[in-house]
Amino acid sequence: MTYPIEQIRADFPILNEKIRNKPLVYLDNAASCQKPQAVIDSMVKLYSHDYANVHRGVHTLSIRSTDQMESARHKIKTFINAASDKEIIFVRGATEAVNLIAQTYGRANIHAGDEILITAMEHHSNIVPWQMLCEQTGAILKVAPMNVAGELLMDEFEQLLSAKTKLVAVVHMSNALGTLNPVEQIIALAHAKNIPVMLDGAQAIPHTAVDVQKLDCDFYVFSGHKLYGPSGVGVLYGKQALLEAMPPYQGGGDMIRTVSFEKSTYAGLPYKFEAGTPAIAEIIGLGAAVDYLNTIGMQAIADHEASLLAYATQQALQIDGLKIIGEAKEKGAILSFTLGRIHPHDIGTMLDSLGIAIRAGHHCAMPVMDFYQLPATARASFAMYNTKAEIDVLISGIKNLIEMFG
Amino acid sequence: MFEDLRELYQEVIFDHNRNPRNFHVMENADRQVDGFNPLCGDKLTLFLKLDGDIITDASFQGSGCAISTASVSLMTEIIKGKTQAQAEELFTLFHEMTTGKEEHINLEAVGKLAVLAGVREFPARVKCATLAWHTLDAALKNQQQAVSTE
Repeated sequence: MTYPIEQIRADFPILNEKIRNKPLVYLDNAASCQKPQAVIDSMVKLYSHDYANVHRGVHTLSIRSTDQMESARHKIKTFINAASDKEIIFVRGATEAVNLIAQTYGRANIHAGDEILITAMEHHSNIVPWQMLCEQTGAILKVAPMNVAGELLMDEFEQLLSAKTKLVAVVHMSNALGTLNPVEQIIALAHAKNIPVMLDGAQAIPHTAVDVQKLDCDFYVFSGHKLYGPSGVGVLYGKQALLEAMPPYQGGGDMIRTVSFEKSTYAGLPYKFEAGTPAIAEIIGLGAAVDYLNTIGMQAIADHEASLLAYATQQALQIDGLKIIGEAKEKGAILSFTLGRIHPHDIGTMLDSLGIAIRAGHHCAMPVMDFYQLPATARASFAMYNTKAEIDVLISGIKNLIEMFG
Repeated sequence: MFEDLRELYQEVIFDHNRNPRNFHVMENADRQVDGFNPLCGDKLTLFLKLDGDIITDASFQGSGCAISTASVSLMTEIIKGKTQAQAEELFTLFHEMTTGKEEHINLEAVGKLAVLAGVREFPARVKCATLAWHTLDAALKNQQQAVSTE
């Protein structure tokens, strides 16, 4: 079956926008993806017809909202093949999920002298929460190194797994480099020493089918907005036994069973971790995004993006002075690059004047920039709706700006 | 192809980006302050030599985009020989010019800094142009702490 690119593009209304009188070429998908009409409609429909607070009222609207929200939880459970809906915790995003794990699982299980192992290519959101935990507990943060292609050095990674290692927290796909880490091998090595593994899937999940049971990861976290869903919602997946044993994160309504001034008891999973009114419309929107992705199929999306990346890489390599940052053999649809002394910020402004949206900066991965001794890179990142014709616009824009800079 | 950008990227800016003026470490500087724009990673170190109230020499080191490099390069040229009060006055004028708050900006008063007036139309780039001047301001006030645009 041919990939239905025309239909997909028609499903994303923003792709009709003109930016500075030019057709939008949106290549900043690693920062956030655009939303299909189905997601927008699901939220409009909720607010127009079905909205009320969830899990409390006995009235019709509350029941409708609750049903739709819990149905979204089930869709996401199926999408990542979790064992139970109870393992799907709604949070604000991948960042909050990592903080939740650090402050609950971490505070309960990681103590002075223990080690947490991350990698050299982590996003700040998978560095800072662990540094905070280390400051609180006296634990030590260890960093597995990578090579210049942006590939994790697996021998060194294995050597860093010790009796002191209490958690491995690794990015599934690097947002700055595109590297897809060998997560199966990482999990096997860690589990051989009874060390649990958290995968930061924020970047990976829109590009590849994720099966948490097959992976056997202990935690998997991701954000809705990078998965064509709304911002403000994300998912923490955890194995049920681990989640059961963890203390709650925030206290408040919805997460309790009983409250008295002497003592409160906590609700069961998943509500124990969902204090307060959740992002009801956003959760339902994320459920609609998952429905939409299922109509296309994650494998078809992955294949389409692989061909885009291969084409973009091949075209980019023909540009004199362009250097690709991140050349791992296993890579998702991200093209990070530099153009000699033309600063990425200038590249970003110049491409924007042509209607092309890319990211210029450190990509919330300052240690990665330090590794390559760069202040910043320009990054084009591709999604299910991008085309080779758009890559041609990008490549032509890059060639022209090099000429203008002289 | 980049018609919309001619106001922002004038030839003078490309020239200063390619060949930044006063681009060196200064031995025995009287003032030395770091400036940093965490948003885009622009980094500079500004060096000043003072004789009483007069800025007798200025130089810089660092890396940044064309706008920030041209801005600091032009600044080191224009402030040499100025009194501290005159330099602060230029900072005020420059700030008004780049943030576009003044209806009628006196482009003559800012001299060749006027080539940077175009950043007004690019809110995302204003901090690139003003980093140099915030760093100068800190240096004149003898603040030791690094300047951040955040």
